[in-house]
Amino acid sequence: MSIKRRTFLGLIGAAGVTVASTGARAAGNAHFDGYPGSKGVLFDATRCIGCRKCEAACNAVNELPAPAEKFDDLTVLDRSRRTDAKTFTVVNKYETPSGGPVYRKMQCNHCLEPACASACFVKAFAKTPEGAVSYDASVCVGCRYCMIACPFNIPTYEYDEPLSPRVRKCTMCRPRILEGRLPGCVEACPKEALTFGTRDELIKIARKRIEKYPDRYLDHIYGEREMGGTSWLYISGVPFSQIGLREDLGYASAPELTSGALAAVPVVAGLWPALLGGLWAINKRKEKIARQEKREAVENAVARASAEAESKLSAALSKAEVENRRRIEVEVKRALEEAGLNDTKEEG
Amino acid sequence: MSQESTASTAPRKSLFTPFNVVAGVIVLVGLVITFLRFTKGIGAVTNLDDNNPWGIWISFDLLCGVALAAGGYTTSAACYLFGLKRYHSAVRPAILTAFLGYALVVFALHYDVGRPWRLTYPIFLSQGTTSLLFEVGLCVFLYLTVLFIEWLPAACEWLRLDKLRKVLVKLTLVLTIFGVVLSTLHQSSLGALYLIAPSKVHPLWYSPYLALFFFVSSMFAGMSMVLFEGTLAHRNFHELMDETHLEEAPGVVTGFAKACSVVMCGYLIMKMFGLALENKWHYLATGYGVLFLVELIGFVALPAYLYAIGARERNRTLIRFTAVWTVLGIVFNRFNVSLVAFNWQLPSADRYFPSWMEIAISLFVVTVGVLAYRFICTRMPIFYEHPDYKESH
Ligand code: SF4
Ligand code: SF4
Ligand code: SF4
Repeated sequence: MSIKRRTFLGLIGAAGVTVASTGARAAGNAHFDGYPGSKGVLFDATRCIGCRKCEAACNAVNELPAPAEKFDDLTVLDRSRRTDAKTFTVVNKYETPSGGPVYRKMQCNHCLEPACASACFVKAFAKTPEGAVSYDASVCVGCRYCMIACPFNIPTYEYDEPLSPRVRKCTMCRPRILEGRLPGCVEACPKEALTFGTRDELIKIARKRIEKYPDRYLDHIYGEREMGGTSWLYISGVPFSQIGLREDLGYASAPELTSGALAAVPVVAGLWPALLGGLWAINKRKEKIARQEKREAVENAVARASAEAESKLSAALSKAEVENRRRIEVEVKRALEEAGLNDTKEEG
Repeated sequence: MSQESTASTAPRKSLFTPFNVVAGVIVLVGLVITFLRFTKGIGAVTNLDDNNPWGIWISFDLLCGVALAAGGYTTSAACYLFGLKRYHSAVRPAILTAFLGYALVVFALHYDVGRPWRLTYPIFLSQGTTSLLFEVGLCVFLYLTVLFIEWLPAACEWLRLDKLRKVLVKLTLVLTIFGVVLSTLHQSSLGALYLIAPSKVHPLWYSPYLALFFFVSSMFAGMSMVLFEGTLAHRNFHELMDETHLEEAPGVVTGFAKACSVVMCGYLIMKMFGLALENKWHYLATGYGVLFLVELIGFVALPAYLYAIGARERNRTLIRFTAVWTVLGIVFNRFNVSLVAFNWQLPSADRYFPSWMEIAISLFVVTVGVLAYRFICTRMPIFYEHPDYKESH
């Protein structure tokens, strides 16, 4: 009994270890604040003029195919666009109730605890120490779960590629950063709407701007905590929901959302076999008992039957004997009687 | 064309039954689309896009496929673990359908993922253990193997591989337990896939209990599917069934109906708790709320009630009708979670609707399954016990 109990506790312990080692960081209260010194970009919506220079630069540095409309064609701003397999960043125009259009650049936000990375079942995505979330096409299966998972709808897919489609998204120009250069879009921005630096610095810069111009900015840095925090940060003069940044995402990171379900795995794997095995054993025993009872019942029945049969037989035999004897007696009697009769006749 | 190809493969009489002709056409169309898919890309045959990366190949072929193949673990658990020996004759057909079902799920995934030849990467090359999809993949892979081994005895009897069969039959208990564990894990994980996207799934369907909902509903999905297939099989393969099968069938039908009814009531209560705990009642007054209520009342509460009546009155016609209804309800639920509720906040122009070619491929996959089922049932001891192996289990 006590040994069983120990095995059981052991299973629970093993389960705990497995949870801890799955890398689902959020299983406990641990919160990942990003690699120290990791880089990011701050976007200032009050400075962006929607010139699309960043789009052009991004296209050039990433050697993407030329788009249908030229980058100096600003009429594309009249419709809402998103990233696609040939476009890592787009600037959208938003008409706001407070008057005047506001522009916002959209690209991968390089989350601190990326949903895409947490969702990928071959670890194709990784949060690099430099800050960029990288993607490795050489292991990608193309399940597109990363696209389901990303709360910002960023990853895109090469649907028209029959044999070697890849997921495509902004790289934060990681190759350039490693060379000590600025991301293409940051370098190209004529209005300094994009600022590159370590994430900690950027948050300080953003705070300072908000403090200095309280009328110009809302007191909120988008990305500081959203979805566990992102490396691309935003400040704006209008509510973020008006420039296409959802404010209902919450502060929980993606791994936190799934840690419960993941933690259940070892528990199920550990407890189920024990429970089911026990159930089986109980039923087996029940069956055995049932079978035994049945056998006993049959045996009893047989015994009873045979006893009955025996007694019947002996009864029959004795009856037969009696009858036989009777018959003999009767015969004898009759014979005697006949003889006697004759005797008496003769006598008489 | 289709007639030629079918006619040449089997020179027997009456090949041009309506079923064969329709199946032939579907298979042919499927092959053409397959060619397109692997020469022109996923984009050429589907309506998938960057906002809607998963379409009906995931909703129907994966989510519904796996849920409806749950009959394998429910039936074998009932028979071997819960000691309900009278279900024995139902186990083989259920295992066969589950095996085919899972095989088809994996087959269908080859169309959907970008590079299908890498489907084993997550298991052997680079394990993304933080992903619920990893769990699904691993469990489906293992469970497919388990089902294959569970089905092998039938093939062994057909091919007369006695020794192998003996070894396999000894494994029954271990395999059954393993199968239940794996099923629990991946049935629930399919629901948990959506946990990571609370901002995209409508609150009525998003719930921290998604995993539990998917698991519990898989139980009655699987049992209803066993009942539904039973109906079809009795119509088409009656002459193949032996006396044990025919004698046990009514018991299985009412037994499963009762079980379904109970589980569905539990499911209903859980769903209600889900709403109450997060206080989501006010969503019921919206359009999505109507859909949610139709799903819950029309496809869970109603069949639960009908099953109960059917079981009490031993009305097998009613039970069989209810089984079909429940199966439809499961499809409805999986579609609601993965398509209707998913991306509900996007403007309707950005929403997904399947292309006819996606539907054709799903039909193609189902047809291949039915053909394989027929092939196996008419050749191997599925509905009857092989006379030589009668007493040996
Ligand atoms: S924004 Fe999306 S794609 Fe970029 S890191 Fe975050 S989850 Fe990944
Ligand atoms: S599509 Fe590729 S990168 Fe995205 S989750 Fe699947 S395997 Fe990972
Ligand atoms: S960081 Fe590089 S990849 Fe990303 S949007 Fe800017 S230029 Fe494009």
